[in-house]
Parts: sequence; C-alpha cells; structure tokens
Amino acid sequence: MTTSGPQVLGTEHTVPEPRRYRYRWLWRLRHSPTGMLGAVIVLGVVLVVLLGAAIAPHDPELIDLKQRLVPPVWAEGGSVGHVLGTDQLGRDVLSRIILGTRVSLLVGIAGVALAMLTGVFLGVTTGFWGGWWDGLVSRFLDTFLSIPFIILALAVIGVLGVKGGNNMLRLILVLGLANWVIFTRVVRGEVLAVKERDYVEAARAIGQRSWMIMLRYILPNVTASIIVLGALQISTVIIAEASLSFLGLGVQPPTITWGIMLADGRDHLATSWWLATFPGIAITITVLGFILWGDWLRDVLDPRLRE
Amino acid sequence: MTTYLASRLLQMVPSLFLLTVVLFALMRLGGDPVMHLAHPEASPEEIAEIRAAYGFDRPLPEQYLKQLRMMLRGDFGESFRFRSPALPLVLEKLPATMELAAVSMLVALLIAIPAGLLSAIFQNSPLDLGVTTTSTLGRAMPNFWIGIMLILLFAVHLGWLPVSGRLETTSIILPALTLGTSVATSLARILRSSMLEVIRQEYMTTAKAKGLHRWAVVLGHGLRNALIPFITVFGLQMAWLLGGSVIVEEVFAWPGMGRLLLNSVKVRDLSVVMAGVCVFALVVMGTNLLVDFLYTALDPRIRYSSS
Repeated sequence: MTTSGPQVLGTEHTVPEPRRYRYRWLWRLRHSPTGMLGAVIVLGVVLVVLLGAAIAPHDPELIDLKQRLVPPVWAEGGSVGHVLGTDQLGRDVLSRIILGTRVSLLVGIAGVALAMLTGVFLGVTTGFWGGWWDGLVSRFLDTFLSIPFIILALAVIGVLGVKGGNNMLRLILVLGLANWVIFTRVVRGEVLAVKERDYVEAARAIGQRSWMIMLRYILPNVTASIIVLGALQISTVIIAEASLSFLGLGVQPPTITWGIMLADGRDHLATSWWLATFPGIAITITVLGFILWGDWLRDVLDPRLRE
Repeated sequence: MTTYLASRLLQMVPSLFLLTVVLFALMRLGGDPVMHLAHPEASPEEIAEIRAAYGFDRPLPEQYLKQLRMMLRGDFGESFRFRSPALPLVLEKLPATMELAAVSMLVALLIAIPAGLLSAIFQNSPLDLGVTTTSTLGRAMPNFWIGIMLILLFAVHLGWLPVSGRLETTSIILPALTLGTSVATSLARILRSSMLEVIRQEYMTTAKAKGLHRWAVVLGHGLRNALIPFITVFGLQMAWLLGGSVIVEEVFAWPGMGRLLLNSVKVRDLSVVMAGVCVFALVVMGTNLLVDFLYTALDPRIRYSSS
C-alpha cells in the first residue's frame, strides 16, 4: 500500500486523514469493506422498494394454475419465464419477493421509528429528571425486559385479535411497544452523563426551562447513539415482522410478505424446496445489510456502544 | 447470601406487580369481558345480570384487586377452548418447553465455547474469519428459517430425522439445533471479544512465564475470567431462547407452552394467554436470578451483600 502521510517509525504504514472533515465518513466507509457491503445492500433494498412493480417480471398476484410449482430456472423442469420458480397457485416467486420487500422495510422502519420516539422521550426525561418518574419507568423497563419479545407480542395481539382492523398498523404498534426498552435504557444512561456537563449547568444558570435544555443541549448530544441503535434495531424488527407474519399473527394475506411466503413454503416442503428457501435468503440478505451498515455507523459515530 | 437471595426475590415483586397491572389493562382493552361470557342473543337485562354476577360493574381498581387475588392463587380463569382452568393447562406443557430450552442451551454452549475460544486464540486466522463470518450470518438469519432449512436437509432430503412432534427421542435434535445455533452465534461473539481482552492481561503472561502448558493457561486462567461477561449475555439469551421457543415449537410441532400460547392467541382464549405470559415471565426472572448466583461461583471477587 502506498501512502503519502507522515511515516512514524515502528508502524508499518499510516493512512492519511483527509483534510476535509465533511467527507471523513465517506473516507471511513471506503476503508471498511463490510460497511461498504452493508451500505450497498441497504441501498439495493431501498431501490427494490422504490422500483417495486417496475422491476418485477410478473404480476405478483397473478394466479396461473397451469404453471403451479414450477422449479427455479436451473433445476430440472424450470422455465426461463420464472427465474425462481412459482408457488402453489402459479404465482412468480421472484416477483413476490420483490413486492414483499416493501412491507418488510416499511414495517421495519415504522416500528423502529415508533420505538425510537417513545424510547428517546422516556430516556431523556427519566435521565434528566430522575426521581419518581425515573423510578416508575425503570420498573416498567424491568417488567418489559422479563417478557421475551414474542411473548409480549402474543399477549398484545391476543387481546387485540388477529383478524379485522388494520393489521399493518397493529403490527407496527406491537413492534414499537416491544422495542422502546432498549432505546430508553441506552439514552437514559447517556443523558445521565451528559447532564453533568458544564454547558448544561450554564444553561440552567441562565434560567433556561428544562424542556429547552433537554431539546437544545441534551438531545443533540445523544443523537449519535440513537441513530446507531435505530439502524441496528431495524434488522431486529425486520426479523420480528417476518416471525409474526410467519406465525399468522402479523400482516394477513393477500398482502405479500416474506413471512407469509415462508409459511406457505413450509406446507410444500416435501415437493417444492424453493418456496421456503428464497424468501429466507431475501430476509437474510436484507438483515445482513442493515447489521453491517449499523455496525459501521457505530464504529464511525459512537464506538462506545460496542459491546 | 441468604439476605441477598431474599432481597433479590423482593426486587422481583414490583416487576411482577406491574406485570399484573399491564396484563389487566390489556385484558380490559380487549373489549367488554361480559360480551365473551354472555350468550350472543342475550337481552340487555341478562347482560346486566352477568355483569353484576361477575363484578364487572364495580370500579376498575376494585376489579383489579379481585383479579390480583385470583392470580396470586393461581386462578387465571377457565379456558373456553378446553373448558378447564387455564394455569394447569399451561403448566402441563412446561416440561416440554424446558426440555427443549435446556437441550438447546447445551447445543449452544457446545458450539459457542470452542468456537469463541479458538477464534480468540487464533485471532485473524482463517478459523477466526470463519467463526466471525458464520456468527454474523447467523445473526441475520431468522431462526425459524434455519429450522425450515434443517427440516429440508435432514428430514425431507436425507430422511435421517423425524420432521416434527415429540414421539421419538431423536425428535428433539432438529428443534434444539435450530434454537441452539441461533443463540450460539451471539454467545460465540461475546466469548471471543471477552477472551481477546483477557489474553492481553498480565496474569496471562505470568502464567505463561511460569511454564504452564499453553492450554492450562488458556483454560485455567483465560476462560475462567472471560466467562464473566459471557454469563451476563447467557442470562439475556435465556430469555431470548424462551421467546424463540414459541416459533420453533410451531415449526416443529413441539407440544410445549409456546405452541399452546400461540394457538390460544389465535382463538383469543385470553385466560390461557395471560397464564402463559405470567409463567414465561416467571421462568425468565428465575433464570436471571440463577445467572446472578453463577457469578459468585465464577468470580469470588463478587460478594453479595443485602445493601
């Protein structure tokens, strides 16, 4: 590797820091192959969502019973018209995976956004004010932590009912409810440190209201952790959405999601392996993208969050 | 130690209390309980009669206290699906779930400890790269999909193992592998990073210097110290594993609590849902308590006082 930076004795090489701070994140991305891979995957997934029907080779809901359970193109009996094969109703698997991306990403992002809003609000206020409010929320936190996510989701969905109503909205609500805890925990811890800083003391001294202090002095200083956590949580929430939809508790057909496709595929496992294989690969690639991208964001923005 | 145990048990009380509040609120959010009890064509007078008979016309706090007293006696009401008390129904399924959880944890430890240890000792070797890559991939794969793929390979394709159920002793292999591998990925990751930290400690050099065998150093001095953060994550993973068991039980038709809970949610058999959630939460809290005690066994520096 050739470098133009100052050489320090005893080190093999030093990589120069670019002069312009504005582009430093880009420079760091270039030097992190896994971060790059993550960013490319995330970008690709977003493109698939935006283009959607335009790049799908077939209408994902078009039923063609003459083309039932056609294997993928490279397998025996496969057809070029259906690259990843067709399902039990003759619908094109590739097109359904492409359209399924939309729900997964939408629910993932909305669920995280809801958890983030609730969690950050509670984290900032409990960390800043402390007292009985902190005590109360902390107890709730402990309670929520003692219930595994799926169990909590089951309780809420059990009460609200599986059928009827807007099940996408219900799913987002459940995912938000199950994930606020981690935001509150991390943000509260950060706020406890930040609120001891001199500038917060100064703001207090000049008589700023506590809301103003929280918004203008505390929140901006915990934003990095929030962004990193948000990116990493998207991957968790995408898997959670797939799990709930797989169990028949999430989004309901005819909406296309990867979880529902996997549930359908499981019923035809003995004859048609591709139905349960490809949606799973789609989930894995998408989640992997968000994990790598989130890990990279963490290393750049907030290395302290590293376990 | 006894005082510590007592104080830890006491600390569980507020969490459990809040849990009952949350469950009560959820049940009431689910709609008028009288409507579940009354005949579909009941007259308003009949409905009012039922309401009074069950005490649903009393103020909410009073109703809650009544419910709490019932829950404390282990009375969660009757399952309308099975026409029998809810709690025994759940407890009857507890052994199957615990069996699956225990075997899965064993699988996870058998994979994670050698993998994490070896990848830390041979840092940056191909073996290390393999372990870290696999564990990142494992983080991205939904565990139920891993289960489906295992069924496809070992049951459908090779025909070595039963697809589902709990009739043969070999039935547990696939579900335990599914749950175990997904836990193993995060356990291996944490063991690797804590082991890497321990390796750099001076007592490791001292142990090496006094001529101990390489593996005696690694296992006697290294692993023992690296296990402390590992145990923390182990406790958290136990909660995760119990949650994950719901979906794995569904995939493999394993007759445990999770599957009962899931099916009860689908038909809104709320008393079973609530009893199931409570039992799950209690098991998780109990596990966390157990993990706390494991600390003392591993690290004599940690002494428990009642303060």
